[in-house]
Amino acid sequence: MLATRVVPCLDIDDGRVVKGIRFQGLRDAGDPVESARLYQDQGADEIVLLDVSATPQGRAHNLEVVSSVRRVLSIPLTVGGGVREVEDAGRLLDSGADKIGVNTAAVRRPELIAELSRRFGAQCTVLAVDAASRDEGWEVVIRSGTERTGLDVVEWCRKAVAQGVGEILLTSWDRDGTGDGYDLGLIEAVASAVTVPVVASGGARSPEHLVAAAGAGASAMLVASILHDGVTTVAELKNGLIRAGIVVRP
Amino acid sequence: MTDVTIVPTGTANLASVRAAFDRLGAGVTLADTPEAVEAAPRVVVPGVGSFGAAMDTLVGNGTAGAIERRVASDRPTLAVCVGMQLLANCSEESDGIAGLGVLDQRVRRFGEGVRLPQLGWNQVTPSDSSRFLTRGWAYFANSYRIEKVPDGWSASFADHGGSFVAALERGAILACQFHPELSGAWGGEILARWLSATEGVG
Repeated sequence: MLATRVVPCLDIDDGRVVKGIRFQGLRDAGDPVESARLYQDQGADEIVLLDVSATPQGRAHNLEVVSSVRRVLSIPLTVGGGVREVEDAGRLLDSGADKIGVNTAAVRRPELIAELSRRFGAQCTVLAVDAASRDEGWEVVIRSGTERTGLDVVEWCRKAVAQGVGEILLTSWDRDGTGDGYDLGLIEAVASAVTVPVVASGGARSPEHLVAAAGAGASAMLVASILHDGVTTVAELKNGLIRAGIVVRP
Repeated sequence: MTDVTIVPTGTANLASVRAAFDRLGAGVTLADTPEAVEAAPRVVVPGVGSFGAAMDTLVGNGTAGAIERRVASDRPTLAVCVGMQLLANCSEESDGIAGLGVLDQRVRRFGEGVRLPQLGWNQVTPSDSSRFLTRGWAYFANSYRIEKVPDGWSASFADHGGSFVAALERGAILACQFHPELSGAWGGEILARWLSATEGVG
Protein backbone atom coordinates (compact mmCIF):
# COMPACT_ATOMS: atom_id res chain seq x y z
CA MET A 1 0.00 0.00 0.00
CA LEU A 2 1.24 3.44 -0.93
CA ALA A 3 2.51 5.42 2.07
CA THR A 4 1.36 8.96 2.91
CA ARG A 5 4.34 11.26 2.36
CA VAL A 6 5.89 13.99 4.49
CA VAL A 7 7.63 16.48 2.20
CA PRO A 8 9.84 19.30 3.49
CA CYS A 9 9.76 22.37 1.26
CA LEU A 10 12.73 24.67 0.83
CA ASP A 11 11.83 28.11 -0.51
CA ILE A 12 15.01 29.43 -2.12
CA ASP A 13 16.00 33.07 -2.60
CA ASP A 14 19.48 34.01 -3.75
CA GLY A 15 20.87 30.57 -2.89
CA ARG A 16 19.51 30.51 0.68
CA VAL A 17 16.48 28.86 2.29
CA VAL A 18 13.96 31.54 3.25
CA LYS A 19 10.50 31.54 4.80
CA GLY A 20 7.84 34.20 5.19
CA ILE A 21 4.18 34.47 6.06
CA ARG A 22 1.78 34.49 3.09
CA PHE A 23 4.90 34.67 0.88
CA GLN A 24 5.96 38.04 2.38
CA GLY A 25 8.56 39.16 4.93
CA LEU A 26 11.10 36.49 3.92
CA ARG A 27 13.65 35.63 6.59
CA ASP A 28 16.80 33.52 6.26
CA ALA A 29 16.24 29.89 7.24
CA GLY A 30 19.52 28.18 6.40
CA ASP A 31 21.62 26.51 3.72
CA PRO A 32 19.71 24.42 1.14
CA VAL A 33 22.19 21.51 1.02
CA GLU A 34 22.46 21.22 4.81
CA SER A 35 18.69 21.48 5.24
CA ALA A 36 17.97 18.89 2.52
CA ARG A 37 20.49 16.48 4.04
CA LEU A 38 19.12 16.98 7.56
CA TYR A 39 15.51 16.40 6.50
CA GLN A 40 16.47 13.33 4.43
CA ASP A 41 18.19 11.90 7.53
CA GLN A 42 15.04 12.62 9.56
CA GLY A 43 13.01 10.46 7.14
CA ALA A 44 11.71 12.95 4.56
CA ASP A 45 10.01 11.16 1.65
CA GLU A 46 10.87 13.82 -0.93
CA ILE A 47 12.21 17.38 -1.02
CA VAL A 48 10.59 20.32 -2.80
CA LEU A 49 12.74 23.26 -3.88
CA LEU A 50 10.88 26.42 -4.90
CA ASP A 51 12.82 29.38 -6.24
CA VAL A 52 10.44 31.99 -4.85
CA SER A 53 12.07 35.03 -6.43
CA ALA A 54 12.59 33.57 -9.95
CA THR A 55 9.17 34.57 -11.32
CA PRO A 56 8.90 37.98 -9.59
CA GLN A 57 12.42 38.79 -10.85
CA GLY A 58 11.64 37.35 -14.31
CA ARG A 59 14.56 34.90 -14.31
CA ALA A 60 15.07 31.14 -14.53
CA HIS A 61 15.72 28.81 -11.60
CA ASN A 62 19.08 28.71 -9.87
CA LEU A 63 20.54 25.47 -11.34
CA GLU A 64 23.58 25.49 -9.07
CA VAL A 65 21.39 25.00 -5.98
CA VAL A 66 19.52 22.14 -7.69
CA SER A 67 22.67 20.22 -8.58
CA SER A 68 24.29 20.67 -5.19
CA VAL A 69 21.14 19.47 -3.41
CA ARG A 70 20.88 16.51 -5.83
CA ARG A 71 24.37 15.31 -4.96
CA VAL A 72 23.40 14.67 -1.33
CA LEU A 73 19.85 13.37 -1.93
CA SER A 74 18.88 9.75 -2.58
CA ILE A 75 15.16 10.60 -2.46
CA PRO A 76 13.03 12.42 -5.07
CA LEU A 77 13.47 16.13 -5.70
CA THR A 78 10.69 18.34 -7.06
CA VAL A 79 11.77 21.73 -8.35
CA GLY A 80 9.61 24.74 -9.18
CA GLY A 81 9.99 28.44 -9.79
CA GLY A 82 10.63 30.26 -13.06
CA VAL A 83 9.65 27.35 -15.38
CA ARG A 84 8.19 28.97 -18.52
CA GLU A 85 9.24 26.62 -21.34
CA VAL A 86 9.90 22.91 -21.85
CA GLU A 87 13.62 23.78 -22.11
CA ASP A 88 13.57 25.27 -18.59
CA ALA A 89 12.24 21.95 -17.31
CA GLY A 90 14.85 20.01 -19.31
CA ARG A 91 17.63 22.03 -17.69
CA LEU A 92 16.23 21.35 -14.22
CA LEU A 93 16.00 17.60 -14.92
CA ASP A 94 19.58 17.65 -16.23
CA SER A 95 20.62 19.38 -13.01
CA GLY A 96 19.01 16.76 -10.78
CA ALA A 97 15.26 17.37 -10.51
CA ASP A 98 12.91 14.37 -10.74
CA LYS A 99 9.65 16.30 -10.95
CA ILE A 100 8.93 19.79 -12.27
CA GLY A 101 6.50 22.25 -10.72
CA VAL A 102 4.79 24.96 -12.77
CA ASN A 103 2.63 27.75 -11.43
CA THR A 104 2.43 31.29 -12.87
CA ALA A 105 3.56 30.33 -16.40
CA ALA A 106 0.89 27.61 -16.63
CA VAL A 107 -1.82 30.14 -15.72
CA ARG A 108 -0.54 32.56 -18.36
CA ARG A 109 -0.06 29.83 -21.00
CA PRO A 110 -1.94 26.60 -20.12
CA GLU A 111 -0.49 24.72 -23.15
CA LEU A 112 2.78 24.54 -21.20
CA ILE A 113 1.25 21.70 -19.13
CA ALA A 114 0.54 19.48 -22.16
CA GLU A 115 3.99 20.26 -23.60
CA LEU A 116 5.72 19.17 -20.38
CA SER A 117 3.53 16.11 -19.94
CA ARG A 118 4.05 14.87 -23.51
CA ARG A 119 7.81 15.19 -23.19
CA PHE A 120 8.45 14.07 -19.61
CA GLY A 121 5.25 12.27 -18.63
CA ALA A 122 2.45 13.11 -16.19
CA GLN A 123 4.45 11.63 -13.28
CA CYS A 124 7.02 14.40 -13.82
CA THR A 125 4.57 17.28 -14.28
CA VAL A 126 3.41 18.96 -11.06
CA LEU A 127 0.96 21.86 -10.94
CA ALA A 128 1.69 24.22 -8.06
CA VAL A 129 -1.45 26.17 -7.16
CA ASP A 130 -1.58 29.03 -4.68
CA ALA A 131 -5.15 29.35 -3.43
CA ALA A 132 -6.68 32.36 -1.65
CA SER A 133 -10.13 31.96 -0.11
CA ARG A 134 -12.91 34.21 -1.37
CA ASP A 135 -16.63 34.51 -0.63
CA GLU A 136 -17.31 31.33 -2.52
CA GLY A 137 -14.49 28.79 -2.79
CA TRP A 138 -10.91 29.70 -3.62
CA GLU A 139 -9.21 31.82 -6.24
CA VAL A 140 -5.85 31.12 -7.92
CA VAL A 141 -3.19 33.73 -7.09
CA ILE A 142 0.11 33.99 -8.96
CA ARG A 143 3.45 35.81 -8.88
CA SER A 144 4.06 34.73 -5.27
CA GLY A 145 0.55 35.78 -4.29
CA THR A 146 0.85 39.33 -5.57
CA GLU A 147 -1.68 38.91 -8.39
CA ARG A 148 -5.26 37.57 -8.27
CA THR A 149 -6.42 35.76 -11.40
CA GLY A 150 -10.19 35.30 -10.94
CA LEU A 151 -9.70 31.58 -11.72
CA ASP A 152 -11.56 29.11 -9.52
CA VAL A 153 -9.03 26.73 -7.92
CA VAL A 154 -11.06 23.53 -8.35
CA GLU A 155 -11.84 24.30 -12.00
CA TRP A 156 -8.21 25.14 -12.71
CA CYS A 157 -7.01 21.88 -11.13
CA ARG A 158 -9.55 19.83 -13.13
CA LYS A 159 -8.45 21.50 -16.35
CA ALA A 160 -4.75 21.04 -15.59
CA VAL A 161 -5.21 17.32 -14.88
CA ALA A 162 -7.04 16.92 -18.19
CA GLN A 163 -4.00 18.56 -19.83
CA GLY A 164 -1.61 16.02 -18.27
CA VAL A 165 -0.65 17.16 -14.77
CA GLY A 166 0.26 14.16 -12.57
CA GLU A 167 0.28 15.83 -9.14
CA ILE A 168 -1.09 18.98 -7.53
CA LEU A 169 0.90 20.92 -4.97
CA LEU A 170 -1.90 22.84 -3.31
CA THR A 171 -0.85 25.78 -1.15
CA SER A 172 -3.29 27.78 0.94
CA TRP A 173 -2.10 31.38 0.62
CA ASP A 174 -4.21 32.27 3.69
CA ARG A 175 -2.50 29.66 5.87
CA ASP A 176 1.09 29.86 4.50
CA GLY A 177 3.57 30.34 7.33
CA THR A 178 0.83 30.94 9.93
CA GLY A 179 0.81 27.59 11.75
CA ASP A 180 -3.00 27.68 11.81
CA GLY A 181 -3.31 24.22 10.23
CA TYR A 182 -3.97 23.21 6.62
CA ASP A 183 -7.11 24.50 4.87
CA LEU A 184 -9.03 21.21 5.05
CA GLY A 185 -11.96 22.44 2.97
CA LEU A 186 -9.59 23.34 0.17
CA ILE A 187 -7.88 19.93 0.28
CA GLU A 188 -11.24 18.11 0.26
CA ALA A 189 -12.56 20.19 -2.61
CA VAL A 190 -9.55 19.54 -4.85
CA ALA A 191 -8.83 15.92 -3.82
CA SER A 192 -12.43 14.93 -4.57
CA ALA A 193 -12.39 16.71 -7.94
CA VAL A 194 -9.26 15.04 -9.37
CA THR A 195 -7.78 11.51 -9.41
CA VAL A 196 -4.11 12.52 -9.26
CA PRO A 197 -2.31 12.83 -5.89
CA VAL A 198 -2.78 16.13 -4.01
CA VAL A 199 0.01 17.52 -1.82
CA ALA A 200 -1.36 19.76 0.96
CA SER A 201 0.65 22.88 1.80
CA GLY A 202 0.35 25.90 4.06
CA GLY A 203 -0.29 26.13 7.78
CA ALA A 204 1.27 23.03 9.38
CA ARG A 205 2.30 23.36 13.01
CA SER A 206 1.62 19.99 14.66
CA PRO A 207 1.36 16.27 13.79
CA GLU A 208 -2.41 16.63 14.27
CA HIS A 209 -2.51 19.10 11.38
CA LEU A 210 -0.87 16.47 9.14
CA VAL A 211 -3.27 13.78 10.32
CA ALA A 212 -6.22 16.05 9.48
CA ALA A 213 -4.84 16.82 6.00
CA ALA A 214 -4.41 13.11 5.25
CA GLY A 215 -7.99 12.57 6.44
CA ALA A 216 -9.16 15.29 4.05
CA GLY A 217 -7.66 13.40 1.12
CA ALA A 218 -4.05 14.62 0.84
CA SER A 219 -1.56 12.03 -0.47
CA ALA A 220 1.34 14.04 0.96
CA MET A 221 1.85 17.00 3.27
CA LEU A 222 4.33 19.81 2.75
CA VAL A 223 6.06 21.25 5.81
CA ALA A 224 8.48 24.16 6.03
CA SER A 225 8.53 26.72 8.86
CA ILE A 226 8.19 24.22 11.73
CA LEU A 227 11.19 22.25 10.46
CA HIS A 228 13.33 25.30 9.67
CA ASP A 229 12.61 26.75 13.11
CA GLY A 230 13.39 23.46 14.84
CA VAL A 231 9.88 23.23 16.34
CA THR A 232 9.69 19.58 15.29
CA THR A 233 11.34 16.98 13.04
CA VAL A 234 10.11 14.86 10.14
CA ALA A 235 10.46 11.82 12.41
CA GLU A 236 8.18 13.33 15.07
CA LEU A 237 5.59 14.25 12.45
CA LYS A 238 5.69 10.70 11.05
CA ASN A 239 5.28 9.25 14.54
CA GLY A 240 2.12 11.32 14.91
CA LEU A 241 0.80 9.92 11.63
CA ILE A 242 1.65 6.34 12.69
CA ARG A 243 -0.19 6.84 16.02
CA ALA A 244 -3.25 7.90 14.02
CA GLY A 245 -3.07 4.67 11.99
CA ILE A 246 -1.81 6.30 8.79
CA VAL A 247 0.68 4.28 6.74
CA VAL A 248 4.04 6.05 6.32
CA ARG A 249 7.48 4.89 5.26
CA PRO A 250 9.25 4.26 8.59
CA MET B 1 37.36 3.82 -15.27
CA THR B 2 33.86 3.14 -16.57
CA ASP B 3 31.83 0.89 -14.32
CA VAL B 4 28.39 1.80 -15.56
CA THR B 5 27.14 2.92 -18.97
CA ILE B 6 23.81 4.77 -19.07
CA VAL B 7 21.73 4.77 -22.27
CA PRO B 8 19.96 8.15 -22.47
CA THR B 9 16.31 7.60 -23.39
CA GLY B 10 15.89 11.29 -24.23
CA THR B 11 13.70 12.23 -21.29
CA ALA B 12 15.15 10.55 -18.20
CA ASN B 13 16.28 11.97 -14.85
CA LEU B 14 19.90 11.26 -15.79
CA ALA B 15 21.39 13.48 -13.12
CA SER B 16 19.68 11.50 -10.34
CA VAL B 17 20.81 8.15 -11.75
CA ARG B 18 24.34 9.45 -12.18
CA ALA B 19 24.41 10.90 -8.64
CA ALA B 20 23.34 7.53 -7.19
CA PHE B 21 26.27 5.72 -8.87
CA ASP B 22 28.65 8.57 -7.99
CA ARG B 23 27.78 8.07 -4.33
CA LEU B 24 28.79 4.40 -4.70
CA GLY B 25 32.11 5.45 -6.24
CA ALA B 26 31.23 3.94 -9.65
CA GLY B 27 32.43 5.67 -12.82
CA VAL B 28 29.58 6.59 -15.18
CA THR B 29 29.53 7.24 -18.92
CA LEU B 30 26.70 7.74 -21.41
CA ALA B 31 26.28 5.69 -24.59
CA ASP B 32 23.96 6.35 -27.53
CA THR B 33 25.38 3.99 -30.13
CA PRO B 34 24.80 0.22 -30.50
CA GLU B 35 28.58 -0.39 -30.48
CA ALA B 36 29.03 1.35 -27.12
CA VAL B 37 26.06 -0.53 -25.64
CA GLU B 38 27.51 -3.85 -26.89
CA ALA B 39 30.96 -3.09 -25.52
CA ALA B 40 29.91 -1.85 -22.06
CA PRO B 41 30.48 -4.14 -19.07
CA ARG B 42 27.27 -2.88 -17.42
CA VAL B 43 24.37 -0.98 -18.96
CA VAL B 44 21.59 1.03 -17.30
CA VAL B 45 18.37 1.87 -19.16
CA PRO B 46 16.82 4.62 -17.02
CA GLY B 47 13.18 5.58 -16.48
CA VAL B 48 10.97 8.69 -16.85
CA GLY B 49 9.17 9.62 -20.06
CA SER B 50 6.55 7.73 -22.01
CA PHE B 51 6.96 4.22 -23.49
CA GLY B 52 6.57 5.49 -27.07
CA ALA B 53 8.97 8.43 -26.70
CA ALA B 54 11.66 6.28 -25.09
CA MET B 55 11.29 3.51 -27.75
CA ASP B 56 11.54 6.17 -30.49
CA THR B 57 14.89 7.31 -29.13
CA LEU B 58 16.30 3.79 -28.75
CA VAL B 59 15.10 2.60 -32.17
CA GLY B 60 16.27 5.86 -33.77
CA ASN B 61 19.86 5.51 -32.62
CA GLY B 62 19.99 1.72 -32.94
CA THR B 63 20.59 1.00 -29.25
CA ALA B 64 17.25 -0.91 -29.02
CA GLY B 65 18.71 -3.96 -30.75
CA ALA B 66 21.88 -3.84 -28.66
CA ILE B 67 19.90 -3.73 -25.39
CA GLU B 68 17.71 -6.62 -26.56
CA ARG B 69 20.81 -8.74 -27.37
CA ARG B 70 22.37 -7.93 -23.98
CA VAL B 71 19.30 -9.09 -22.11
CA ALA B 72 18.86 -12.17 -24.32
CA SER B 73 22.45 -13.21 -23.56
CA ASP B 74 22.23 -12.35 -19.84
CA ARG B 75 24.87 -9.61 -19.85
CA PRO B 76 24.71 -7.19 -16.86
CA THR B 77 21.83 -4.79 -17.50
CA LEU B 78 19.72 -2.68 -15.15
CA ALA B 79 16.40 -1.33 -16.45
CA VAL B 80 14.49 1.25 -14.40
CA CYS B 81 10.77 2.18 -14.55
CA VAL B 82 9.96 2.85 -18.22
CA GLY B 83 13.29 1.15 -18.94
CA MET B 84 11.81 -2.06 -17.49
CA GLN B 85 8.55 -1.63 -19.42
CA LEU B 86 10.49 -1.29 -22.70
CA LEU B 87 11.61 -4.92 -22.27
CA ALA B 88 7.97 -6.05 -22.72
CA ASN B 89 6.14 -6.69 -26.00
CA CYS B 90 4.05 -3.49 -25.89
CA SER B 91 2.28 -1.05 -23.58
CA GLU B 92 -1.22 0.38 -23.25
CA GLU B 93 0.51 3.75 -22.87
CA SER B 94 1.60 3.84 -26.53
CA ASP B 95 -0.68 1.82 -28.81
CA GLY B 96 0.91 0.24 -31.85
CA ILE B 97 4.51 0.66 -30.69
CA ALA B 98 6.55 -2.51 -30.24
CA GLY B 99 8.78 -2.92 -27.20
CA LEU B 100 11.99 -4.95 -27.10
CA GLY B 101 10.01 -8.15 -26.59
CA VAL B 102 12.40 -9.88 -24.18
CA LEU B 103 9.65 -10.07 -21.54
CA ASP B 104 6.61 -11.81 -23.00
CA GLN B 105 4.18 -9.37 -21.38
CA ARG B 106 1.92 -6.46 -22.20
CA VAL B 107 2.29 -3.40 -19.93
CA ARG B 108 -1.11 -2.27 -18.66
CA ARG B 109 -2.54 0.73 -16.82
CA PHE B 110 -3.41 0.30 -13.12
CA GLY B 111 -7.09 -0.39 -12.47
CA GLU B 112 -9.73 2.01 -11.13
CA GLY B 113 -9.96 3.05 -7.49
CA VAL B 114 -6.41 4.28 -6.92
CA ARG B 115 -4.89 7.69 -7.52
CA LEU B 116 -2.68 7.75 -10.61
CA PRO B 117 0.14 8.23 -11.23
CA GLN B 118 1.32 6.06 -8.35
CA LEU B 119 3.68 8.66 -6.84
CA GLY B 120 5.40 7.74 -3.64
CA TRP B 121 6.74 4.96 -1.46
CA ASN B 122 5.36 1.45 -1.53
CA GLN B 123 6.48 -1.71 0.24
CA VAL B 124 8.25 -4.32 -1.87
CA THR B 125 8.18 -8.03 -1.01
CA PRO B 126 11.12 -9.72 -2.68
CA SER B 127 11.11 -13.13 -4.28
CA ASP B 128 12.74 -15.82 -2.09
CA SER B 129 15.41 -16.27 -4.73
CA SER B 130 16.18 -12.56 -5.13
CA ARG B 131 19.89 -11.76 -5.38
CA PHE B 132 19.50 -7.99 -5.31
CA LEU B 133 16.40 -7.03 -3.30
CA THR B 134 15.49 -7.14 0.37
CA ARG B 135 12.11 -6.30 1.90
CA GLY B 136 11.78 -2.53 2.01
CA TRP B 137 10.19 0.70 0.80
CA ALA B 138 10.70 1.76 -2.80
CA TYR B 139 9.87 5.01 -4.60
CA PHE B 140 7.51 4.56 -7.55
CA ALA B 141 6.36 7.05 -10.22
CA ASN B 142 4.18 5.17 -12.71
CA SER B 143 0.67 4.72 -14.10
CA TYR B 144 1.44 1.48 -15.97
CA ARG B 145 2.83 -1.84 -14.73
CA ILE B 146 3.41 -5.51 -15.47
CA GLU B 147 1.07 -7.87 -13.58
CA LYS B 148 2.36 -11.38 -14.33
CA VAL B 149 5.75 -13.02 -14.13
CA PRO B 150 7.27 -13.99 -17.47
CA ASP B 151 8.77 -17.51 -17.69
CA GLY B 152 12.33 -17.79 -16.48
CA TRP B 153 12.30 -14.68 -14.25
CA SER B 154 12.00 -14.29 -10.50
CA ALA B 155 9.69 -11.50 -9.38
CA SER B 156 9.26 -9.14 -6.43
CA PHE B 157 5.84 -7.61 -5.81
CA ALA B 158 4.11 -4.52 -4.43
CA ASP B 159 0.43 -3.56 -4.16
CA HIS B 160 -1.43 -0.55 -5.55
CA GLY B 161 -5.11 -1.48 -5.86
CA GLY B 162 -3.89 -5.04 -6.55
CA SER B 163 -0.59 -6.86 -6.78
CA PHE B 164 1.90 -5.85 -9.48
CA VAL B 165 5.47 -6.72 -10.45
CA ALA B 166 7.91 -4.39 -8.67
CA ALA B 167 11.07 -6.02 -10.01
CA LEU B 168 12.25 -8.90 -12.19
CA GLU B 169 15.61 -10.65 -12.04
CA ARG B 170 17.40 -13.20 -14.16
CA GLY B 171 21.11 -13.73 -13.65
CA ALA B 172 22.86 -10.38 -14.11
CA ILE B 173 19.70 -8.66 -15.35
CA LEU B 174 17.69 -6.54 -12.92
CA ALA B 175 14.54 -4.71 -14.02
CA CYS B 176 12.91 -2.41 -11.44
CA GLN B 177 9.51 -0.74 -11.79
CA PHE B 178 10.56 1.53 -8.89
CA HIS B 179 13.45 3.99 -8.91
CA PRO B 180 16.39 2.51 -6.93
CA GLU B 181 18.27 5.81 -7.43
CA LEU B 182 15.48 7.59 -5.49
CA SER B 183 14.75 4.89 -2.92
CA GLY B 184 17.05 6.14 -0.18
CA ALA B 185 19.62 3.91 1.51
CA TRP B 186 17.60 0.78 0.61
CA GLY B 187 17.77 1.66 -3.10
CA GLY B 188 21.49 2.43 -2.86
CA GLU B 189 22.09 -1.05 -1.41
CA ILE B 190 20.31 -2.63 -4.39
CA LEU B 191 22.56 -0.75 -6.82
CA ALA B 192 25.64 -1.72 -4.77
CA ARG B 193 24.64 -5.41 -4.79
CA TRP B 194 24.05 -5.32 -8.55
CA LEU B 195 27.45 -3.68 -9.09
CA SER B 196 29.32 -6.20 -6.97
CA ALA B 197 27.43 -9.25 -8.29
CA THR B 198 28.20 -8.24 -11.88
CA GLU B 199 31.88 -7.50 -11.31
CA GLY B 200 33.76 -9.11 -14.18
CA VAL B 201 30.60 -10.76 -15.57
CA GLY B 202 30.11 -8.48 -18.60
